[in-house]
Formats: sequence, structure tokens, C-alpha cells
Amino acid sequence: MGKKGKGGVAAAAAATEPEPVVDPNAPPPPEPVPPVSMLYCGVCTYPPEYCEFGSSLTRCKDWLKDHHPNLFDKYYSEEALQTKVGTLSLEAQSKLEKDVAKKEVKAEAKAEAALKKKMASQVIIKRSERNKRKCITTVFGLEAFDIDLKKAAKQFASKFATGASVTKNPQGLEEIVISGDVSDEVLEMIENQVGVLKGIPADNVELVEEKKKKAAE
Amino acid sequence: MFKKFQPSSDIAGQTPVKSSVQRSIRSNVLSQWKIEPETLEAIWPKKEGLVHVKCREHVSIYTLHGEPLIFQHFDGPLYPTLRLLHKYPHVLPAVKVDRGAIRFLLAGAHMMCPGLTSAGGYLPPASEALPAETPVAILAEGKTHAVGVGITKLGTEEMKSINKGVAVETVTYLGDDLWAVQSL
Repeated sequence: MGKKGKGGVAAAAAATEPEPVVDPNAPPPPEPVPPVSMLYCGVCTYPPEYCEFGSSLTRCKDWLKDHHPNLFDKYYSEEALQTKVGTLSLEAQSKLEKDVAKKEVKAEAKAEAALKKKMASQVIIKRSERNKRKCITTVFGLEAFDIDLKKAAKQFASKFATGASVTKNPQGLEEIVISGDVSDEVLEMIENQVGVLKGIPADNVELVEEKKKKAAE
Repeated sequence: MFKKFQPSSDIAGQTPVKSSVQRSIRSNVLSQWKIEPETLEAIWPKKEGLVHVKCREHVSIYTLHGEPLIFQHFDGPLYPTLRLLHKYPHVLPAVKVDRGAIRFLLAGAHMMCPGLTSAGGYLPPASEALPAETPVAILAEGKTHAVGVGITKLGTEEMKSINKGVAVETVTYLGDDLWAVQSL
């Protein structure tokens, strides 16, 4: 068990500095080779020298200019652009630039479409009867708003003190199933943006009631 | 290998690695990579256990505190993830591709011989020739950091003489889905 405790301490230390640079307590007599400290672009996550191949070059450039002006000069100054061409023929270079521009436009269009789709997607809260006076509430479509379903389920469970879980429905899509009739409360929670339920426009939420069909009929 | 990789659907399970298996991974890493025991100790302290993330198609990723460090296909060689390679670039032998090949590499293509043998490329000299099936870091012309990790399909001397076809198979590259996953 002692081992576990120590591991926990180290884990906590690692958690405080997310980029594990060098462990100050690590160096034994022969020094370990220190890691190269890396800088990644805040927009496309590539190392900045590769931004030119990404799909968001203009935004990357702006980011680098704002955050690391010296690096910006290094990568995008006139002479850097001159040497960059290197062994590549002029023709290939211009083609590459065209490609990048095209890619950028495409990526932008894609992001826009995704946003539109996100805004149009619906969250459906469905109440269905299990037997006479017991219900289950299913919440469907939360994942379109970048909500971690597991966390949301956990939040519902602790809020309503009932069971709530993430299950796959017959269509193979994931939804949250909460036992008990809590549809109104769920709606309220979404409107008030409680906890993880953030960024859902209230207009996109729909309440549906489903009566169980009598088997005898 | 990671061109299409969705953590939600492609991961079969996560388990802590047995200490005996960890020992063998550690010794394999030390024998396969150009890495000093002290450096490995700094990356992966002895006290801390790796977590084995099993993925589809026999891909195993080993993570430390949720951060992917090492991955492996079936029983093949161990590869460092690109982020780890950026921090410790010396652990793998390097090859370099010319500028024209970068955009193909970033789309996940395998590296062909001409891209490595041309003026902008680099292959180790004959005295340090690499055999086939060696994990290598793929660098790019005019860049300091690695752009991918690959495995040689031909010996480096063969690449120079044949100069045709696939030379290095790309295993992971900048911007693939493994790159996008920062923690598992």
C-alpha cells in the first residue's frame, strides 16, 4: 500500500504542472537528458513551424504574432519565406500555397456548417411510462452540444437521487435514461445551465410524452 | 495506424499493466530506442504504473497518468508517441523528407524513397545504415521538430539504390487522431 501512496503524491505533483517538463527530484547521479521544451500553436496544436500546413494558417499567424512575436518573425519574415522555398521548385511552391488556401476555406466552411448543425440540433426529453405510476425519462441529443454524457448522467443522478445512466437506444445512439418522472426538472436545469449542461439554447429543447401501449389491445 | 481513431468507439478497455510486463516493456524500450536508463526514468518513473489501453486491430497504447507515451501494434516494436518524441528527439534514428512530401505525410501517406533521397531529404550515411523494420523519426526539410513516426520498409542503403516505392511506412503523424488525443 505504501507504494500506492507514493504514486499518489507523484501524481498530484504531475497534475499541478500539466506539461511534465522535468521532475526536479528525478536526476540521479548520471543526469537524464532534459526534454526539449515544446511550444504548440494555440490554434491548430501543431508546432508553429508546421502551421503553414494546417487548415487555419491565418488564425495561427495571428495567434503567434500575439503570443510569441519573436517566433513570428523567425517563421514568417521575408528571408524566412525565401529560405523556406529551399529545394522546391517555384511551381510546386505556388501549388502548395494554393492548396493551403483552399484547405483553409474548406475548413472554415466545415466549421461553420458544424456550428449551424449544432445550433439546429434538438435535445429531446421524453417521458415514458414503465407501468401504472412509474416513469422513466430519457434525454436524447445532449452530445451534439459537447456535453459529456457520463458526467451529465452522474449530475442527474445526484440531483434527483435516482438512477441515471447512459445507454444505447435501438438506433445505436447514446442517451441518458433517468428513472422517475423528472422531465420538467430536467428542462429547468437545461434552461438554467446547471453544472455541465452548458450552451444549450432553450428553444432547442423539446418535451415529449409517450404513453405505453396496452399489450391487450 | 491512427488516421481514423475514435477514443469512444475504438478503445476496448483499459487495464493497469502487471509489473512483470512493465519490466519487459522497460527492457524492450531500452534495447529498441537510443535512450539512457536515466532519461527513461524521468519520462516514466519506476514507481508509477503504466495503463494499457487496448484498441481495435491489436493496437496497444500505454499511458501514464492518462497521457499516451508508447504504443505498439500486435507484438511489433514499441513506438513513442509524437509528443514524447518532440520532447526527446534523440530516442529514435532520424530520416528526413523533402518539403514536397510534407503535405502528403500530413495526410497520412507512407513515405516513398525519392522523398528521402532527394536534395532536401536525409538518410543516415552508409556507416550508420538502418536495416528494414526499424522505427524512425520522420523529420522534414527546414523544420526542427519531427513530423511523424514511421517504420522503415527497406534498409536505408536499399532505399538509395532502389529509389522507388515505399521506404518508410507512417505509423503516426502530426495531426492524426492520436495527436488529437491528449489524454485517455
